[in-house]
Amino acid sequence: MSPTPDAALAAAVEQLLAVAADAGADQAQAAAQSGRGLSVTVRLGKAERIEHRRGRSISLTVYVKGEAGMRTASCTTTDMSSAALAETAHQAVTLARLADDDPAAGLPEREALVERVDDLALAFPVQLDPQAALDEATACEAAAMAVDRRITNSEGATVSLNTGDVVLGNSLGLLVGYPASRKSVGCVVVAEGDGAKERDGWGSVARDPAAVEPPEAVGRIAGERTTRRLGGRQLTTRKAPVCFEHDVAATLLGHLAGGLSGTALYRRTSFLAGAIGETLFPPFVTVRDEGRRMSGLGSSPFDGEGVATRDRSLIDAGVVAGYLLDTYAGRKLDLPTTGNAGGPHNLFLRPGDDDLATLLRRMDTGLLVTDLMGQGVNLITGDYSRGAAGFWVEGGEIAFPIHEVTLAANLRDIFGRMVAVGSDLRFDSACCSPSVLIEEMTLAGS
Amino acid sequence: MDPMDLAEALLLAPAGLDARRLAALVAEAAGPSVELADLYLEHSRQQAFHLEEGRVRSGSHAIASGFGVRAVAGEATGFAYGEEIGNATIGEAARTASTIAGHGASGAVALTRRTAPPLYPADDPIGSLADADKVRLLERVDRAARAVDPRVDQVVATIAASHEVVVVATHDGDLVADSRPLVRLSISVVARDGEARGRGSSGGGGRGPFDLFTGNLDPESLARAAARQAVINLEAVAAPAGTMEVVLGPGWPGILLHEAIGHGLEGDFNRKGTSAFAGRLGQRVAAPGVTVVDDGTLTGRRGSLTVDDEGSPPQETVLIDDGILAAYLQDRQNGRLMGQAPTGNGRRQSFAHLPIPRMTNTFMRPGETDPEEVLASVKDGLYAVQFSGGQVDITSGKFVFAASEAYRIRDGKIAEPVRDATLIGDGPDCLTKVTMVGNDLALDLGIGTCGKCGQSVPVGVGLPTVKLSALTVGGTAG
Repeated sequence: MSPTPDAALAAAVEQLLAVAADAGADQAQAAAQSGRGLSVTVRLGKAERIEHRRGRSISLTVYVKGEAGMRTASCTTTDMSSAALAETAHQAVTLARLADDDPAAGLPEREALVERVDDLALAFPVQLDPQAALDEATACEAAAMAVDRRITNSEGATVSLNTGDVVLGNSLGLLVGYPASRKSVGCVVVAEGDGAKERDGWGSVARDPAAVEPPEAVGRIAGERTTRRLGGRQLTTRKAPVCFEHDVAATLLGHLAGGLSGTALYRRTSFLAGAIGETLFPPFVTVRDEGRRMSGLGSSPFDGEGVATRDRSLIDAGVVAGYLLDTYAGRKLDLPTTGNAGGPHNLFLRPGDDDLATLLRRMDTGLLVTDLMGQGVNLITGDYSRGAAGFWVEGGEIAFPIHEVTLAANLRDIFGRMVAVGSDLRFDSACCSPSVLIEEMTLAGS
Repeated sequence: MDPMDLAEALLLAPAGLDARRLAALVAEAAGPSVELADLYLEHSRQQAFHLEEGRVRSGSHAIASGFGVRAVAGEATGFAYGEEIGNATIGEAARTASTIAGHGASGAVALTRRTAPPLYPADDPIGSLADADKVRLLERVDRAARAVDPRVDQVVATIAASHEVVVVATHDGDLVADSRPLVRLSISVVARDGEARGRGSSGGGGRGPFDLFTGNLDPESLARAAARQAVINLEAVAAPAGTMEVVLGPGWPGILLHEAIGHGLEGDFNRKGTSAFAGRLGQRVAAPGVTVVDDGTLTGRRGSLTVDDEGSPPQETVLIDDGILAAYLQDRQNGRLMGQAPTGNGRRQSFAHLPIPRMTNTFMRPGETDPEEVLASVKDGLYAVQFSGGQVDITSGKFVFAASEAYRIRDGKIAEPVRDATLIGDGPDCLTKVTMVGNDLALDLGIGTCGKCGQSVPVGVGLPTVKLSALTVGGTAG
């Protein structure tokens, strides 16, 4: 059964499209969202924050015909009164007339628009019950604090619940929408030893509240991850193999997506410009972007322009197989949209057969990275230089924690010198990866 | 125009609210064991134009309004917010928020309107320049950047203005409004020469009308600065890897202070004891001669506020006085729990976020050394003049910031440019390694945004030329 668009949002979208046409828009798209949520934090066993949220907004993109193409502008408002919608439409058309004619601007081709909105199991019943959420957060934090006597402090455990609707329509007659839900449980604690403090945490998130890991399990992992960081040392500057643990390995996929994004490609600001068909990774690497994954955190039956989403490979057996394009970038590159207005959906690296322990044995001596810091990634050149923390591995076993070190290489070398992919993939984010082993990077330290 | 008059027109009158009703609503939130309750109303508007590939690609406009009401009892906070501003919706939210402190009758609240000396004009800056002229300004930026060098391949520029009108009503009787203009011009340039690419960026802005874009914020000068940086980066060689002497240039490299010590001195982390600086007031955390302040009272600066988001007046707070840790940055809740006065640093991204201690404009006071002398003192090191961002782990104190324009220093002279590299250090230790402080304090040009707990707020940073005897540079070369 197809999900039906929320009636109130659909009415606002239709009204906004009508007033946009009245205001002089030749084409228009309107998107509305509304939601309710509850978020609670328990710190050191006591309720620290109970937050009730309620939100809604509507946005409009208009296109006005010029001599050499369309002119465009976008407006957003939280006020859905008739007067505010009329003002929004008027503003959008006024701003659009100031833009330059652009042959690539305009709504997607009619054939690209989603025909049938499939139920991707994105909405589940969510109880916005503060006491139940507080109880879970309390259990989560208690489990974290119980892991080790050296865990002396906490930033708290948080339980968040959200439920809402999105509706999208355009002047080609599209009007689609669906409800969605999300629950997360997370915890951050602080451990102390030898006069130094370390923090770390863990979390679990899912569309279906019943699919979220039990709070006690989340807390236990948060506690273990924090304790194991105590006693960190610096490394001397060297070149060494590097194993990125699953969570931090996912950030590499984020950089890959940045390099394959249509905007960066047509602006010639990507280190992966023209990379389609190129062998970027070894043959055992396949990277998927799946928009239609059931209950996926990044799933949606249609993208930000109403284009049907797909399940496809960005990297197929090491070779660049696809870009991330919206309609505009597609037209600039003379390619069809890939249904990625708004970016990738569920981006993941297909897991291999080896668990993390096997990857570390294979690495023998090198750095296991568990935490990354900073923004030192230049997607124009591919230069990569970030702060890191983790563990020094000797003889395939964790020897001691490492902190205050930087990792540097070019992303092309990181991708090309990926020598193994782990089996530890979990779908806990819209961008996820198993652990991966990189042959060599430069580590700077003392 | 007076901020409260603007607030009346945009927020209160349309919802049928007045001071008496606001007082009653705050009283609803202020239950018996509530030590702090407030109501925050906000109306914001922003407009932007974007240029790329030599054409003005689009314009955008956004309006948001809403309310947030909170009740604080000890370390606990109840908070509810929504977009529908009205007596009934706020009343329901106030009752929801107050349940954190148990049920019961509350005392009456009487509000007194308070005004604060303005640090910027109250007017909405969006209308301070005709829209057609904003478009022309972007076209000027494009031309000026491309004129620098034929290798300039891509120019992306955004001109944006926003106006935020806020009202804060507190349980202890303050009713205060602020009207906050903010304008920004951001420019990003890519130069290309065969396979080599270099990027450069610049920008500026502040709290005021578009008239700001003159002098050192002249759009052509900003465009040329971004283009020059992009062209220089075409020639950049691999950055060194390892620990070495580092000289930071004046202005934006003040992000060092923001990451290395600023976040670690925010009251919430110190009240909870999760900061590497917790319990260290009065101790040496920097070399003698190093004085660092956070000052929200600078006229027209991006990080300045006439009142903070809890209605407290901003101030100049000396964080490090001649190397000694002197103060934390406080909001009302954390200040009260630590027995310290609020420092005017209670800030929130919007009505949908709780106020937390945040920086405003954070900088190091100048020393007496000629910057040339600082550079001349380094035999082999790194000179970093622009950064793309940073991050800190406030518990371990480890921080990073990423250089986007940097040079090798050889024999006291600026040598070849080096590619992007992250610098990493330890917050409580890093400033003890400051060995020279220049006389050339500069504040950044006004495009900084700081993220904390999922909330973004505009901030400023500043630094004179400084030398650190050791900092780890994360390049790839020996």
